[in-house]
Amino acid sequence: MKDVLTDTEITLDAAVKFLWQEADILDRHDYAAWLPLWTEDGMYVIPTDTQTTDFANSLNIVYDDAEMRRMRAARLSGGFSISAAPPAQCVRTLSRFVIEDQAPGRITLRSALHVIEDKFGRQRLFAANVTHELVATEEGLKIAGKVVHLLNADGMLTSISYLF
Amino acid sequence: MPLETFPTGPEPDYSGNAKGDRVTTPMYEDPAIFDAEMKKIFETTWVWVGHESEVPGKGNFKLSWVGTQPVIISRDRKGEVHVFVNRCRHRAATVCEVKKGKTSSFQCPYHGWGYALDGSLRAIPYPEGYAGEFDKTEFGLKPLKVGIFCGMIFASFNFDVEPLEDFLGNAKPWIELFMKQGGGFPVKVLGEHQFKVPMNWKIQLENTTDAYHFPIVHKSFLQSLDGETNQTFSFMDDDDGYVEDLGNGHSVMVMMPELIDLDENLDAPIPERFAKLAESLAAQGYEDAKVRKIVRAVGGCGFNLNMFPNIACSLSFFRVLRPVSVHETEIRHVALGMDGGPIEANQMRMRLHEHFQGPMGFGSPDDAEVWERVQRGSAGAGDMDVMVHRGLGLEKQSGNGLPVGDISAETGMRSAYAKWKEMMA
Repeated sequence: MKDVLTDTEITLDAAVKFLWQEADILDRHDYAAWLPLWTEDGMYVIPTDTQTTDFANSLNIVYDDAEMRRMRAARLSGGFSISAAPPAQCVRTLSRFVIEDQAPGRITLRSALHVIEDKFGRQRLFAANVTHELVATEEGLKIAGKVVHLLNADGMLTSISYLF
Repeated sequence: MPLETFPTGPEPDYSGNAKGDRVTTPMYEDPAIFDAEMKKIFETTWVWVGHESEVPGKGNFKLSWVGTQPVIISRDRKGEVHVFVNRCRHRAATVCEVKKGKTSSFQCPYHGWGYALDGSLRAIPYPEGYAGEFDKTEFGLKPLKVGIFCGMIFASFNFDVEPLEDFLGNAKPWIELFMKQGGGFPVKVLGEHQFKVPMNWKIQLENTTDAYHFPIVHKSFLQSLDGETNQTFSFMDDDDGYVEDLGNGHSVMVMMPELIDLDENLDAPIPERFAKLAESLAAQGYEDAKVRKIVRAVGGCGFNLNMFPNIACSLSFFRVLRPVSVHETEIRHVALGMDGGPIEANQMRMRLHEHFQGPMGFGSPDDAEVWERVQRGSAGAGDMDVMVHRGLGLEKQSGNGLPVGDISAETGMRSAYAKWKEMMA
């Protein structure tokens, strides 16, 4: 990723490779590797309100700035959370990429996410529309914003011990 | 033998499964007990269905449940709140599948029967297909009795049920204290987290009055708090918390006695985590007394009020349970805020709620995990009992003449199971 220049166009190919790398990191629950993928001011949001874009004034499932992300990663990997020690195993695919916006050094991608988790011999399925805002930095691509619109976000879910 | 004369025998009496200091394993496992509970408890007593702020104006409605039965909460043109079963009187289709909103009527999608906001049948297509005059008054949506206390809407299938205020009894003053977290504004629902857990509903009912698990199950939550806030949650190590049986199956678990009455101690120093909020409110022109009142309200109350059978006023939110089957329960954590209050105060309430609650909070997933483990463990040694005797023999008596245990006592569970036993007899 080091060869991405901050003022040139981010290609779909480079963006998708980056997102698949993130997906693999999340399936491996490797949060130490996940945190540096973000810009310091990026927000990670999983809303309950399927209509709003005003996340600050809505109740969300996740509404994380950098500090909350660090605490969340510490919780999930610290070994003191019974739901995450061990977490459900999960396998995800990210596909159906749509470029929503593009400018030099910046791209917004919408994609389809399917996650299957396995724990206690039962499997659960989640589907979501995910929007990633990526920026090119000196250190390569970074996530400047991510919103995960779970299907049934305003309905009955189950508890989740990993990240989308 | 024709079916109608087939002897059914007496109804089984399950009440013996609650034995005071313990309950039997079939309480979590037996589908026949679950069916009896739906009839003898959820169709008989008051069940919480929603909050008035969810149906704020005329024509506002919200879908809810009473036990396993789908209901609609509706506010009619005169402002009166109704609760009725979400089932067309013709051929049983639901008349509404929108979770909440505003409407002038409910229309069945199948044959177009139209109902008013009060549930009465207004019109049917092609009435000439019925012999004689079609009597619409016979076919309104099935109503439930409605009772409202401090904005909390309860409903009952039983029109002979005791008055809501009698049912709530000693819980009433605690509800009034809980509502002080409006900070001088009316309390308003800001949103909710919803998740289902493969467990019997009573496992959740027990948990809201269980402080014993907190430092164990929620260690990773406690680790994420600053030192001062961590101190607030150290109730298992303090000796001033308590659990009080309030009668009727209700109980209150006081974790932070200094946060029982949010109108008191307003001169106390503002905790570090609220310093920025206080500063900002002051900068917006709120006078000091008002700032202190709002900031103290933002942090929420210091107790869990557990009400039988399905609702708790827990610290700063409503905790609602809904039995789905003997092995499945839906949980809703309803976030509350200040209607018309400062935007930042409500934002902070939502951020605090998100931190612990919901499918990906720092607390709820660990609760859900241990609840599921209880259900999984109950598959073994079904002849053994589940123990709720912690604190027995150490309890004192409250002014109401009811038991009070220390913070970790299972007094609240014994209270709930005593009511369960009475209703199941």
